[in-house]
Amino acid sequence: MATSSVRLGVDIGGTFTDVVLEHSGQTFSTKVLTTYTAPEDAIIDGMHQVLAKADIKPSQIDQIIHGTTLATNALIERRGAKTALITTEGFRDVIEMRTESRFEQYDLNLNLPEPLLPRQMRFTVKGRVDANGHVLIDMDRTEIEAVVDQIAAMGVESIAVGLIHSYLNPTHEKLVREVIAEKLPNVAVSISSEVSPQMREYERFNTVVANAYIKPLMASYLGRLEDRLKNEGVSCRIFLMHSGGGIISIQNAADFPVRLVESGPAGGAVFAAHVAARYGLDKVLSFDMGGTTAKICLIKNQTPKTSRVFEVARTYRFKKGSGMPISIPVIDMVEIGAGGGSLAHVDAMRQIRVGPESAGSEPGPACYGRGGENPAVTDADLVLGKLDPDNFAGGSIKLHSEASKLALSNQVGDTLEMDAVGAAFGVAEVVDENMANAARVHAVENGEDLSEYTMIAFGGAAPLHAARLCEKLGVDRLLVPEGAGVGSAIGFLRAPFSFEANRSVYMKLSDFDGDRIRSLLTDLKAEATGFVRTCDEVSPILSEFKVYMRYTGQGWEIPIELTEDQAMNPDVGTFEARFIEDYSKLFGRPVQGMDIEITVWSVNATTPPEKVARISETNGGDAAPISDTRPIFDAASAKYLDANVVNRLDMAVGARAAGPVAIVEDETTIIVPASRNAIRQPDGCIDVVTKG
Amino acid sequence: MTNEHSNVAYQVMWNRLISVVEEQAQALVRTAFSTSVREAGDLSAGVYDVGGQMLAQAVTGTPGHVNAMADAVAHFIRRIGRPNICEGDIYITNDPWEGTGHLHDITMVTPSFHNGTHVGFFACTAHIVDIGGRGFGADAHSVHEEGLYIPIMKFADKGTVDETLTRIIRGNVREPDQLIGDVYALATCNEIGHRRLIEMMNEFDLVDLAGIAEFILDNSRRATIERIAALPQQSATGEMTVDGFDSPITLKVKVSVEGDKIVSDFTGTTGLDKKGINCPLVYTKAYACYALKVAIAPEIPNNAASLAPFEIVAPENSIVNALHPAPVALRHIVGHFVPDAVFDAFDKIVPGLVPAEGAGCLCNFQVSLRPRTDAPAPINARRSEVLTFNSGGSGARPDHDGLNATAFPSGVMTMPIEATEHAGPVIIWRKELRPDSGGAGKTRGGLGQYMEVGAQEGHEFDIQAMFDRVDHPARGRRGGGAGAPTTIVQDDGGTMNGKGKQFVAHGRKVVMAFPGGAGYGDPSERSVDLIKRDLARGYISAKTAAQDYNLSVAEIDEVQAAVAKGEMI
Repeated sequence: MATSSVRLGVDIGGTFTDVVLEHSGQTFSTKVLTTYTAPEDAIIDGMHQVLAKADIKPSQIDQIIHGTTLATNALIERRGAKTALITTEGFRDVIEMRTESRFEQYDLNLNLPEPLLPRQMRFTVKGRVDANGHVLIDMDRTEIEAVVDQIAAMGVESIAVGLIHSYLNPTHEKLVREVIAEKLPNVAVSISSEVSPQMREYERFNTVVANAYIKPLMASYLGRLEDRLKNEGVSCRIFLMHSGGGIISIQNAADFPVRLVESGPAGGAVFAAHVAARYGLDKVLSFDMGGTTAKICLIKNQTPKTSRVFEVARTYRFKKGSGMPISIPVIDMVEIGAGGGSLAHVDAMRQIRVGPESAGSEPGPACYGRGGENPAVTDADLVLGKLDPDNFAGGSIKLHSEASKLALSNQVGDTLEMDAVGAAFGVAEVVDENMANAARVHAVENGEDLSEYTMIAFGGAAPLHAARLCEKLGVDRLLVPEGAGVGSAIGFLRAPFSFEANRSVYMKLSDFDGDRIRSLLTDLKAEATGFVRTCDEVSPILSEFKVYMRYTGQGWEIPIELTEDQAMNPDVGTFEARFIEDYSKLFGRPVQGMDIEITVWSVNATTPPEKVARISETNGGDAAPISDTRPIFDAASAKYLDANVVNRLDMAVGARAAGPVAIVEDETTIIVPASRNAIRQPDGCIDVVTKG
Repeated sequence: MTNEHSNVAYQVMWNRLISVVEEQAQALVRTAFSTSVREAGDLSAGVYDVGGQMLAQAVTGTPGHVNAMADAVAHFIRRIGRPNICEGDIYITNDPWEGTGHLHDITMVTPSFHNGTHVGFFACTAHIVDIGGRGFGADAHSVHEEGLYIPIMKFADKGTVDETLTRIIRGNVREPDQLIGDVYALATCNEIGHRRLIEMMNEFDLVDLAGIAEFILDNSRRATIERIAALPQQSATGEMTVDGFDSPITLKVKVSVEGDKIVSDFTGTTGLDKKGINCPLVYTKAYACYALKVAIAPEIPNNAASLAPFEIVAPENSIVNALHPAPVALRHIVGHFVPDAVFDAFDKIVPGLVPAEGAGCLCNFQVSLRPRTDAPAPINARRSEVLTFNSGGSGARPDHDGLNATAFPSGVMTMPIEATEHAGPVIIWRKELRPDSGGAGKTRGGLGQYMEVGAQEGHEFDIQAMFDRVDHPARGRRGGGAGAPTTIVQDDGGTMNGKGKQFVAHGRKVVMAFPGGAGYGDPSERSVDLIKRDLARGYISAKTAAQDYNLSVAEIDEVQAAVAKGEMI
């Protein structure tokens, strides 16, 4: 990768398509509106813009890395292919019955999300495997043929195959695929033992169905994109960012499109990890706040934390359980409905509530003057002096403070007997508290103490709120990198080639079988390495080994990282010691006398991470030139303070600015409260640290 | 700070306390051994002021703990005695009457001290795997047979754990390591809450919780009373009969809206059962209160003030107010039916708000597997206990169909069958929706489900059935039809009972059909599009479409032809 000198990162988001070109150490970027009907149009447009800025030709591009929300959107908007599921007899309704619970207990009119495939598109066959992987009932080829004929008559474009315990024994799923391939060679097939070989039928079946559902759409899009780029004179290979924070080939992406879900946010986490590496920071909290949501991710040792399952397409106030689970390797993030456009109201308990409803871009927050009557977070930020009404988005949108005040008074202040300023303070504090709570819970779930962390903030609204979050979380240092508006696309260019293979196999430490472990991990390593090799024929490939362990009887596994030596020469004592070490760290104390078991095994193959040069940090020099002053509300002391205004572009390396100060640029404003000082570091980051 | 800004600070603190208890509950879910906690969310956690008033409670899998938790700390204060409450103490009980309704729930309370001053309490409850006695089932004749009873007492005194108590616990239960593990998990979860509370008190410079407590309780009380005051000031009576163990049980309740409170009076309800399906008042109160709150004030968080206006009256030693020493292990069966009985009354006060009857109690069963005894068993055959949670259909709502195979009023989750089959040599042959089981109506009842259970080759088993609605299916509302009843038989046709421990021989399977929810409104008013959709999906058969909904033969043929061609309906 390091040999490529001209690289293009492309991130298709919900509103904008971001394009970043790196060439000989220089970065050129642009944002163009996403073109929903033909997303490749925006890419071509954006590409030509950055090529023109850099003055190079399409044929000179050495590598393109692409991430997209198209897969996620197709799932959310149910725009996938006509798809059928073939599953085990007796289990036709697994994807519909979910967990048999209500994700919101206090709503009598609750409706559960519809499964991706209605019941008439779900078919069963008799073959059955047991929990040891042994065949209980043989698969009957004639029966499969009859089912496939029935499906054929329905004009199906894609078929998912998900059978009970197939993660232990995939032969029945492979037989079904073989029959489909013979009878319906043009229909796409996805089998659960390949897409997501993990125990728990609901998650696995839903994942294979999601993969099948978006496969034709994504394959066709990726094919078109390749053709268009070729026509424009691009001759390099194209790679895709996956949700686990690495890149895969366009062919793998077309086969496993479900792995592309969440590729944009994954790019953001990789971006933050790269900043962390420049500063040698081992404990980082990335904070990305946009118009409708905020995302928070823990980055330890410059590596974003990953997980095996996540939920996509939440339908009910971002509530856990209201979406559908996808079990694939993914960067672990919390996402809450809190952004600049999030709307505020007062509930029956006279409590201020913010989000997840958003003002969107039409009518937008009240201050846009487009008829919005409900106050958004942006309105509160404006009233509190955090935004300059005449210099929002580089002056392109004029903000109306009076409209904000009116909305805040009408919808919040009047009920609570507060003026507009008190209401704005309340709204800002509630949204910041919501985000801080999400970060705290996430940290506790991972056994981490945030006071040891540094925050890295990006996304349009994050710099306005990040320092207050730091105050609430006891975090002393905040970095706001350059290029924060196109952070995900820059992150794509920093990601290694990687692929994680995993499998569910139960093993108690009392039945520890070293030979079996070695063979299992060797297989997984070969599988994962194979994927990476298709992307990069020469680089060394590293393998990262992880097993998920718990006390027998518990329902929650914790990931245990193993060295290659520990993995390839498995020793029961080492496994036990590693588990007890990590368990004690998370939960305080180990439990005596319980057997321990391993449930999931995983190997992540990756090219070596890009060598990152440590920057030489400055402790600051001269004060930055002050362009203006204005009163900005200081949440910690609950009053307005006279604050300086500094242009980010006027800050030379080492320039200092003491809080309270607003550091302004076209895309956003960094609010540095009275408790903190800011220094511009050599890489362009604004480094905001606690005074004294 | 001006008054306005302290109001903002209180807003933030209330949010924080709710987050603290959610975090406290999450810590428990991750470390508990009990299946019902980790898989099903059968737990609770809360924070209290120094007077024992609950300020915030985590929203977890079961409403059954709602009021029990609110009342519990007051019992602890009374039993331990204020002068004996010291920093470093941890208290414990599983008293069904002063805790949460049966010996299988352990409640632990930890006083919180800030700068040497007692400022509040944290409490949490979890359903544990085993507490000795006869095991989890309805077979006991008194609470003495149901297991070890731990009165309210100190588990730790000024930081020192009572080793005598832990030895007694260990000596009386089947899974001592797991249970002690769970006890420590409960203690840790309170500790996590305590640490976060102290952080908050430091951040906001609080010396006690009096101010924030008043803010939370005043606002919650006012909001709840506003909702109650807006209701018609009337009384109405509801009634429902269910199977019970050996003889049917009638739940009778008079709901009265009286100004600033709602009283639910269970006078007229059946007396105690000989078997352990009796329900202590605290658990009845929880579900009655849940039913009313979910109907009229769903978004008001649970705390002392928002729960206080819901009053419960029940005659002593009726099945909904079982006194010591009645057996109460399976108190959930009656408890889960309480909301349907309350809804029957409330629907007469505010029509068009509450659903028709649903499956009600969870369709749980436990299988005890062992090597076959009728012939030589294979060498690898083993003993194992496997518990599963399953749900029937919920009742149709005025404007929405009932939910298919979804728990109500309980909020617990089922387990993946792949996980269940790893827990022991059991085979789940079928777990899928049960067509035609949802009661017909303008809105249809939720579908129940089929399950078939057998054992791996070489094993036989006992099944402990905990099902109801065999003889008393869910009743429809406003012209809606009844849901389908529970059925249970062996695959060779051998009959079985809805409740109790029953033997299943080698090679046999148990075939179960769990009940559907009832319908709401006249089926003739159901939209034809929805009837066709239900037929296309197979939620209803062609026969039901014709009989219950008057779909013509031509329309039925048209739907079936469209399905075969893959057209979406």
